[in-house]
Amino acid sequence: MREVVSISAHLHVQHAPPPAVRRESQRPPMKMTGAQALIKSLEMENVEVVFGLPGGCILPAYDPILDSPIRHILVRHEQGAGHMAEGYAHVTGRPGVALVTSGPAATNLVTPLCDAYMDSVPMVAITGQVSRPVIGTDGFQECDTVGITRSVTKHNELIMDPNEIPLMVRQAFHLATTGRPGPVLLDVPKDVLQAEVTWNWPTDDEVSSSLPGYKPNLKGHPKMIKEAARLISEARKPVIYAGGGILKSRAADALRELAERTGTPVVTTLMARGAFPDDHPLCLGMPGMHGNYTAITAMQKSDLLIALGTRFDDRVTGKVATFAPEAKIIHVDIDPAELGKIRRPDVPIVGDCRQVIGEIVKALESHTQADRNEWRSRISGWQELYPLHYDPHVDGDALKPQQVMEVLRDLAPEGTILASGVGQHQMWASQYWQFNEPYTWVNSGGLGTMGFCVPAAIGAKVGRPDRTVWAVDGDGCFQMTAQELVTASSERIPVKVAILNNAYLGMVRQWQEMFYEERYSEVYLSPDLPDYVKWAEAMGCAAFRVEAAEEVEPVIAKANAIDDRPVVIDFRTDSREKVFPMVPAGASNDDVVVHPSQKPGGEKLVQ
Amino acid sequence: MSVLNHQTLSVLVENRSGVLARISGLFARRGFNIISLAVAPSDDARFSRINIVIDVEETSVEQITKQLFKLVNVVKITELLPSDSVERELLMATVAAGPDQRGAVIELVGVFEGKIVDVGADALTVMLAGEPDKLDDLEELMRPYGITELQRTGRVALPKLERQASPRLRLTGKAS
Repeated sequence: MREVVSISAHLHVQHAPPPAVRRESQRPPMKMTGAQALIKSLEMENVEVVFGLPGGCILPAYDPILDSPIRHILVRHEQGAGHMAEGYAHVTGRPGVALVTSGPAATNLVTPLCDAYMDSVPMVAITGQVSRPVIGTDGFQECDTVGITRSVTKHNELIMDPNEIPLMVRQAFHLATTGRPGPVLLDVPKDVLQAEVTWNWPTDDEVSSSLPGYKPNLKGHPKMIKEAARLISEARKPVIYAGGGILKSRAADALRELAERTGTPVVTTLMARGAFPDDHPLCLGMPGMHGNYTAITAMQKSDLLIALGTRFDDRVTGKVATFAPEAKIIHVDIDPAELGKIRRPDVPIVGDCRQVIGEIVKALESHTQADRNEWRSRISGWQELYPLHYDPHVDGDALKPQQVMEVLRDLAPEGTILASGVGQHQMWASQYWQFNEPYTWVNSGGLGTMGFCVPAAIGAKVGRPDRTVWAVDGDGCFQMTAQELVTASSERIPVKVAILNNAYLGMVRQWQEMFYEERYSEVYLSPDLPDYVKWAEAMGCAAFRVEAAEEVEPVIAKANAIDDRPVVIDFRTDSREKVFPMVPAGASNDDVVVHPSQKPGGEKLVQ
Repeated sequence: MSVLNHQTLSVLVENRSGVLARISGLFARRGFNIISLAVAPSDDARFSRINIVIDVEETSVEQITKQLFKLVNVVKITELLPSDSVERELLMATVAAGPDQRGAVIELVGVFEGKIVDVGADALTVMLAGEPDKLDDLEELMRPYGITELQRTGRVALPKLERQASPRLRLTGKAS
């Protein structure tokens, strides 16, 4: 037999820079309730904030919160708690924590758990459960939470032994933040919270030995690193395909070094926006279904794709069979299951992106780089021919959403964090914002969760209260979770929301226009229902409506100046606007559809 | 039930509640098909061993193995090809056989070195432990008499000792 994967434990390595876990001095065993042990364990993990909503089964845990330094943010719906925890994790890199009760509260968490799972967001969810003797009897507010959430969490546990609470909490934070990050759920029966426990904070070794099957591999294979360096040096048309894993492993600096040292252009996927500065000369922006022409085409024509912390999502590859046909692939990912899942890499490297990139950069020292001048000139040709483009605003017409995004971007205070919902506005946000700093983009990529924006922005503002947080939402998305602005107002979390209100489920409308012969089925929402200004004011926000182009700038400036409560701006935008470029679902990236005013076939024009 | 191009994944897992559900859920969600499944405690009380037989033509063993690895409770996975392993299974069947046919059935089971474990007025319960192919053969030959109940255990497998260095046998274990 031979061992294919050799892995060693790296318990102390965490992706984010959290403060070290607090140490306990040697004291006689302490008696406390399970609930006290739970809250104390969260304190030991340096949790500063918990997003939650109390209820019957989790009630015991809410008592010790009164005596804890942990800030509790009372949400209006448990889905909000989950997305807030995600938003917090997106901007801080530290796990967000959600605390809710059993049954419907736990099922309300399923969407954010799945969202966090798809986007590898570190999160710890704690749900109440009915008392142990009642489990399995269909008791009031009982549901099989671990059963329901099994396929949308990295791991979950039903805690049946009260004395295991501290160990389970330590395991949860360890699992959520190491390896490929993700959500971990702990389901705690009410009588477990009420039971008397002997406090025992487990050591690193105890946590490690309690997880005999969990040993993420962080260090790349030396042979593969060497091979990667060779391929990179020889490539004449390389592209770095950077994914969200760059941000998860804090590898933005390493990525920059690799790109600059080799002169390799970089595309940043939707999840990786900000991982490489948009104002860098080597930055090509976002690839994929609504990426820009240059990013898409450079990948298609490349002879080497250096895929870092990315999973070859169908929204990026388009039709897989025709994706980057001439490119060799170097694929670096901490999750071995991603290597070869969609496209077989020539050089697969399992490991932490930051470490592996560092190792590749070191291995590059003994190589000279191939000449890439021709490649760079082809790329700049595409950039010149196919910039992002939209029709200019015409007096009397509704606002152009892209223009609103540009003004929002230009007036944003330095370091502004941008959150978005899902749909056309999300794509315009990603396209027209200038991301020059990592951890400034909060977004639901994999699951595409409408309703993500408002609560995620609130969580982001809690995580980075020093930053301005703008939430760009669609009118459809906003109506799903807007009530969390009540949470924001009452908890004094001054986020700013720009609704790009085109009165439609815009992305669906775009598809119906392009692929269903303009048969608009069930996508019209009405621009005035609800009255967003009144609604926002009722929730304690400052609110404005903008219909005229000349109002865009002054109202955004006014919103930027408000810092004592949330602000909502209802921008009335043009429903006919579509997101371009576009690669229709299932089509090849060679068939990217550019704005109707731009002529296709740019490659021929350049040569 | 025998599939020519099958492979056994011998999966060592932590003895915790819900682990089997995690594994079967993973197979169900990703559309991987299980031919046979056998679960029992291992030599170490902390762990159980799950033997999963899959059709290698229909599924990517590599992707299944990698996905299984991601489950926190999975400790080690050994991939066993039939040619590199010893496979066994147990069959129990109740066969309709009145006094006239009883002798024939007993003889048949005898040829296979099986056992008669229960005798009724019009039926026999037979048992055979052995290679899955043999079980298939016996099942086929008993069918004309009328099998009224059939139970098979699912396959267990261990690597062949003399072929431990075979490159086709892969230990993909996480445990070092």
